[in-house]
Amino acid sequence: MKESISTSVLRVDSRKKIRGEAEYISDWKFENMLYAKTVRSTKAKAKITAIKLPDIPKDYYVVDRNDVPGVNRMRTVVSDHPIFAEEDVQYIGQPILLVVGPDREIIYKIVSQIEIKYQEEEALFTLEEAEKRSTVFTDYNYKKSDPKKAFEQAVRIIEDEYSTGYQEHVYLEPQGIAAEYKDDTLFVYGSMQCPFYVKNALLETMALPEEKIRVVQTVTGGAFGGKEEFPSLNGCHVAVATHKTRQPVVMIYDRDEDILCSTKRHPSITRFKAGLDEYDQIIALDIDVLLNAGAYNGLSPVVLQRAIFSATNVYNIEHLNVRGRNFMTNLVPSGAYRGFGAPQTIFGIEMMFQDIALILGIDPLEYKMRHLLKQNDPTCTGGSIHEEVKMKEIVQKAVEQSDYYNKLKTNKKYQGIGISLFLHGCGFTGKGETLIKGKIILQKNKDVVILKVSSVEMGQGAETVLPKIVAHTLDIPIEKVIYETVDTGLIPDSGPTVASRTTMIVGGLLRECALEMKARWDEAETFEVSKIYKHPDFLHWDDDTFHGDAYPVHSWGANVAEVEIDPITYELTIKKITAVFDVGVPIDERALIGQMQGGIVQGIGWATIEVMKTANGKLIQKNLTDYKIPTSMDVPGIDCDFVLNPYEFGPFGAKCAGELSFVGSPPAVAAAVENALGKPIKDIPITPEMLMEIDNDH
Amino acid sequence: MIIEFTLNNEKVKMDVEPTMRVLDLLRNDLGMSSVKEGCGEGECGACVILVDGRAMNSCMLPAGAIVNRSIVTLEGFKHTEQFKVIEAGLLKAGSVQCGFCTPGFVMAIESLLNQNPDPTDEEIKEGLSGNLCRCTGYNMIIKGVRLAIEKGAGLW
Repeated sequence: MKESISTSVLRVDSRKKIRGEAEYISDWKFENMLYAKTVRSTKAKAKITAIKLPDIPKDYYVVDRNDVPGVNRMRTVVSDHPIFAEEDVQYIGQPILLVVGPDREIIYKIVSQIEIKYQEEEALFTLEEAEKRSTVFTDYNYKKSDPKKAFEQAVRIIEDEYSTGYQEHVYLEPQGIAAEYKDDTLFVYGSMQCPFYVKNALLETMALPEEKIRVVQTVTGGAFGGKEEFPSLNGCHVAVATHKTRQPVVMIYDRDEDILCSTKRHPSITRFKAGLDEYDQIIALDIDVLLNAGAYNGLSPVVLQRAIFSATNVYNIEHLNVRGRNFMTNLVPSGAYRGFGAPQTIFGIEMMFQDIALILGIDPLEYKMRHLLKQNDPTCTGGSIHEEVKMKEIVQKAVEQSDYYNKLKTNKKYQGIGISLFLHGCGFTGKGETLIKGKIILQKNKDVVILKVSSVEMGQGAETVLPKIVAHTLDIPIEKVIYETVDTGLIPDSGPTVASRTTMIVGGLLRECALEMKARWDEAETFEVSKIYKHPDFLHWDDDTFHGDAYPVHSWGANVAEVEIDPITYELTIKKITAVFDVGVPIDERALIGQMQGGIVQGIGWATIEVMKTANGKLIQKNLTDYKIPTSMDVPGIDCDFVLNPYEFGPFGAKCAGELSFVGSPPAVAAAVENALGKPIKDIPITPEMLMEIDNDH
Repeated sequence: MIIEFTLNNEKVKMDVEPTMRVLDLLRNDLGMSSVKEGCGEGECGACVILVDGRAMNSCMLPAGAIVNRSIVTLEGFKHTEQFKVIEAGLLKAGSVQCGFCTPGFVMAIESLLNQNPDPTDEEIKEGLSGNLCRCTGYNMIIKGVRLAIEKGAGLW
């Protein structure tokens, strides 16, 4: 019998990585290559009044906005970030110019001699100040049913507010990018998630025709959203530099520079007002989401959309009024990070449910289960839950495997257990997929099959999982499926590697192509099958009113966290995580467990030790000595289990997984801490200082 | 200054600034690209090499400190029996995702097993706590080490 698709295979890329033979962009060498270093703003908000350059030696160059052949703005959702600063700067770390040349020591010397004069202006930094001064970039609102009337009828109203902090991606490979001309075609190579985003940005900034630009993804050492929109900026930097110098230019950030200037997870505040009926059921919610977008809006509007469309999580609330605002502050721009706004609001609503249940004296899990969505229920945006909801089975497994109720009863003070329920909307939000219209090509070439997609391997396993879908469909060994180099000159645009869409959307298209190829296999020695994504007909979405199916389908899960708090030092130890997920059908169980465990640990980091704050616009944590991510000593044992729930439109029934993994552990850990101390937790990261204060506050 | 040391069992003699980072010496002058720079301040372990058999962060090591010492990078270590066993363990456990931290982990595992051929899980965690991984959550790396120890009994 043929093996199940879920049976694990060896990762295609692991051997060369274990042997140290994978070539990341920092390992690339070009003939006559130059290095580039960025000179950045040291002021949070200022006019640039003068730039005084030292004598620039031969073979060294200064590259700035005057060298940009096209538009001096990075193309993204809102194209507001200047490639190089113009008259003003809006955050510390904003790029002003590059120094380019053959010897890095000399470049650093030139950089140290450049004097930039500023006229400083009043800046603002926090969400609270931004709200007071109404520096709103984006203001969204949607309603469901009649919240006004429902609040009038409510017998009890409970209000609360929850906040979350910054998170730095800390992909182990810092940002790196290179550019060169080959004849008159511009090539940009680098560590990235979205080669066509970079290409589209270059089209505008370099004012070159489409056929004169090629973007090539190099082995990417982790990304998590941090290499989604950002490489469009540094990609334009090296492209302008190579345009000026006509030599290859390489720019590799060191960790300090990477942390200083790259995007981060949006700090957030989420406010809830809940209206309860006489049976304690929540009948109405007023939700107000505030995100700190930083100095430029960029990708933040779509992050905000996912934040507000995820704000009711797995619950069916009849009457809703949901508002979301992105605020401008003079801080480094926030951007894409695994979960894309959803972890912030889901943390909020999970804690709200927990806290209301405790006020009412009801078991939190039971209270949550009373409000659970089921199949054919309306979503928060008035669409429909089309898939079967297996949350009861998921929760039952999580509860049994963790011995949840027994521990809840027997835990002593400073020992805690908590559970979170959560979902993730699979693929792009709203009409995203219909705008991108992802295209893929599958090519038969005698006994091998070449797969042409723009999805990149960045650690998540695309280079194994996508060929596996094709191989399994065609009944050929995986070695016979070749993943074409992700080079925009060789592949179609199947969309960016984001939004947990790769396996479900791109893998789904590959499965369709492979099925057709299988039927036509004997037709010819070489032929090509191509497909363009088509949204299932039953899905409807109105982008103006935010009404309809924001997502085609959801993945679901429950996490149980067990914690211990040291009663003297208040150090928090995560003892164990029990996680159960419905991701449809696992395409490769081992690769999937790797994703889930990694996401859970990133979530634990965000909820506990990953503290990042600012003072007067400056990041206080500016390197890996100050900004701590979990080490092997900080991680608990993690049990992962799956509930099968095949999705009709996913390959072999697969749905989304990569981001879902992140969403559940922060509220589970916070709920466990509440349980350990018997006091509410409203903010993450949870630090020992905070726990000491909460515990001693009578 | 002129320094001499062995790199992957071969003698090297070169003229360097004594304060130059061994990381740069290895990557830029000697082509040892398995040695990765992840943080440049001794926190992440991506640049771990063996100095006289023990794991050290090459970004924190000045060239002057390796005079007459034996340096091993993955370029040399990958030809050993110990490597093959570690590789098999990591492959089977699914320990690798983005791979940028992997060379440093391989060297740290070798150093750990050199000093303690039969570590407990807690000792493995402690032994690898100088190496950061952002992808896996470590459980599958620890499992990979466990598999290597089972397969390679007697090698260390």
